[in-house]
Amino acid sequence: MSDNTDILADKDKRKSLRKLAGAAGIAMTAPFSPVLMGHALGSDRPIKVGMQLHRTGIGASYGRWYERTAVATVKLINEEGGINGRPVELVIEDDGTDPKRGAEAIEKFATWHKTDVAYGTLFSHVVIGSSPRAGELKLPYYVVSEGYHVASGSLNRYVFQPGITDVRSQMVSMAPWIAANLGKKVTMIFPDYAFGHDHRDYFSAAIAEQGGEVLEMIPIPPTESSFTRYFPKIPRQTEVLYHVLVGPGVLTFVKEMGQFFGTRDRPRIFGYIDSLEAVDFATPQLEFLQGTHFWEAFPRYAQPDQTQHDQYFRGQVGVDNNGASVNDPRDISTYSHMFGCWETLFIIKQAMEICGYSGPEDRQALIEATESLTEFPESRNHPQGGKTFNGKIHQCFGIQHISRVEDSRLNVVHTTSIEDGLYEPEADYTQMAL
Amino acid sequence: MTGSGKRSLTLHIGVLVLLFLLPFILPDYHQLVITRIMILAIFALGYNILFGYAGLLSLGHAMFFACGLYAAGLPVYHLGWEVPLAFLFAIVISALAAALIGAIALRTQGVAFMIVTLMFAQAVYLGTLYFSDVTGADEGLVLPEHARSFDALGMRVDLTSPEVRYYIALALLSAAVLMVCRWVNGGLGREWVAVRENESRTRMLGYNTFLIKLKAMVISGTFSGGAGAAYGLLFAYVGSTFASIQYSIDALLFTLLGGAGTVLGPILGSFIMFYLVDFFSGHTTAYLLATGVVLILLIMYFPLGVLGTLRKKWLPWLP
Repeated sequence: MSDNTDILADKDKRKSLRKLAGAAGIAMTAPFSPVLMGHALGSDRPIKVGMQLHRTGIGASYGRWYERTAVATVKLINEEGGINGRPVELVIEDDGTDPKRGAEAIEKFATWHKTDVAYGTLFSHVVIGSSPRAGELKLPYYVVSEGYHVASGSLNRYVFQPGITDVRSQMVSMAPWIAANLGKKVTMIFPDYAFGHDHRDYFSAAIAEQGGEVLEMIPIPPTESSFTRYFPKIPRQTEVLYHVLVGPGVLTFVKEMGQFFGTRDRPRIFGYIDSLEAVDFATPQLEFLQGTHFWEAFPRYAQPDQTQHDQYFRGQVGVDNNGASVNDPRDISTYSHMFGCWETLFIIKQAMEICGYSGPEDRQALIEATESLTEFPESRNHPQGGKTFNGKIHQCFGIQHISRVEDSRLNVVHTTSIEDGLYEPEADYTQMAL
Repeated sequence: MTGSGKRSLTLHIGVLVLLFLLPFILPDYHQLVITRIMILAIFALGYNILFGYAGLLSLGHAMFFACGLYAAGLPVYHLGWEVPLAFLFAIVISALAAALIGAIALRTQGVAFMIVTLMFAQAVYLGTLYFSDVTGADEGLVLPEHARSFDALGMRVDLTSPEVRYYIALALLSAAVLMVCRWVNGGLGREWVAVRENESRTRMLGYNTFLIKLKAMVISGTFSGGAGAAYGLLFAYVGSTFASIQYSIDALLFTLLGGAGTVLGPILGSFIMFYLVDFFSGHTTAYLLATGVVLILLIMYFPLGVLGTLRKKWLPWLP
């Protein structure tokens, strides 16, 4: 983790911080400067945010809620005066949850819509496929993806993930509780592609550190539509069954798991909410999930100790206390991911204000301003909880929740600290040329 | 050269000259878009050799595209190969893969051929996911910085430059178009058409139809692999998505839309498909529905594809 001490120890960083401090000073005094005020008032051009959206394809259920969240956030920012006195305009392009179309969307943002930044996408392959184009077109690209790819250092200096914790950190933070409360002999069921492999690699390492072991890895091919034949592979001595799956087959997977176990003795079950994002827990045949546990980044069901920020966020986006749309109780949100769209937009705003962003010529200053951020305290702008941000790996770290299914709803039983999810950084984007 | 031949040559050269001039008049965005379209058009040109000329409907051509993509991208990523060497390697590997798969798949015909090619493609797709440590699976691999430029003819070629990428794509497309023109107007093209129209009669006349089809398969697979290699190297990304069935269907769609069995048809089909989606997505969230309606109308009024129908009605000289 980087902190202020690390940053101040770095000579180059100190220089850029001085520049940023200067820029911040200008930004703070801008409202009182006739010249700058005239410039701001005279500029009708909005800040354009290009949103790469999973409107179609495998990520469409996430995309629907990412769009609603982003629209609500932009509306709020504009009601409060926009960014640097200019309105914010959201420009949306569907990426089809496909890396080729994702890259095309980035090119369209940079050269057709001429957006100031690109933002928003979730699925890892779209982020990774788009990032070379963002880097070469020098378009700051703020993703809400949850993957470890940003923090791994495999992308480039223009890609940030400041609004949602990555999956490696999530697993590192939860493994101690799982080992202490559910068991140490784990069988993992995961999709047999990169997203699942992240779980396979990082959770198995995290549980081993707690003295646990993974008895069996059960990868599910992405083309699979029936899962019954995989369940007999679960060893009898399994204490915890860890499952994570995404895509159109998840409901079938969970139902077939219930049919397999029936009323017999079963291991404790821990799942990633990704398996049931946008799915109602009251769906018939999901009753067997009663008593099982799930990871949640942001509790879908309003908890007794709900914060005012969570309440405000739900109100603005249109989500009720059960995590469903206020207009349709059957329309379940992707609550553990979509907050990242809200928080990331406020971080873009914060960084633009720090560097006095006025147009694409300030993109490099925007990159440095974002890298200079270190902390996002819990607030209305960061309703999921406080976070720290490591500018070297362009990744934030926040709290996580473990919830138990009780009466077809999720009740939080444990909340990790930010420190629980920290790991040794393996990259430093700030060393890359802008 | 006959009058038809001259008109055909003029048309094809004219199209390539037009593509050469477009960057001078079009906004940056279209320059980027047309670069991608030209690479995908090479893929469709390759598909058209097998389907349009030899009459073999493959449902698995994405495997050749992916074969070229990975054969070029993996040595660059893991072994630090230079871009030109990786491209040539991908061409060779794609040709070998097409010969191997063709030798097996061409023992079947009709629906069975479609299913066998589909199965091979699924195997390749799942293979790219299974060997994730090497391929990066669905997330894919971003090609490293050293692969964004190379030396050629005493010059430094910068692949991050949109103009450079555009003219490399155009050079590859031009080479592909001229080769296809030469083949389809020569004996090989006539053999392909003979097999397409009546394989039994062709065999009875003493031709080895298996070999004729295998040549079509190898050339088709090599073009597709070359397109995949160019796509990966120009845009610095390789990933499993490009091996999925969607990309096999795309090649079929581009060919059918533009006109199977015409040289320029797949190129036109690639342009139409891209710009239909691009145009409608800028105006409605139901853009896939709108695109589908337009495709249905096009097929109703141009049942042989745009250029196929034009050739039947007005331009019989079109190759």
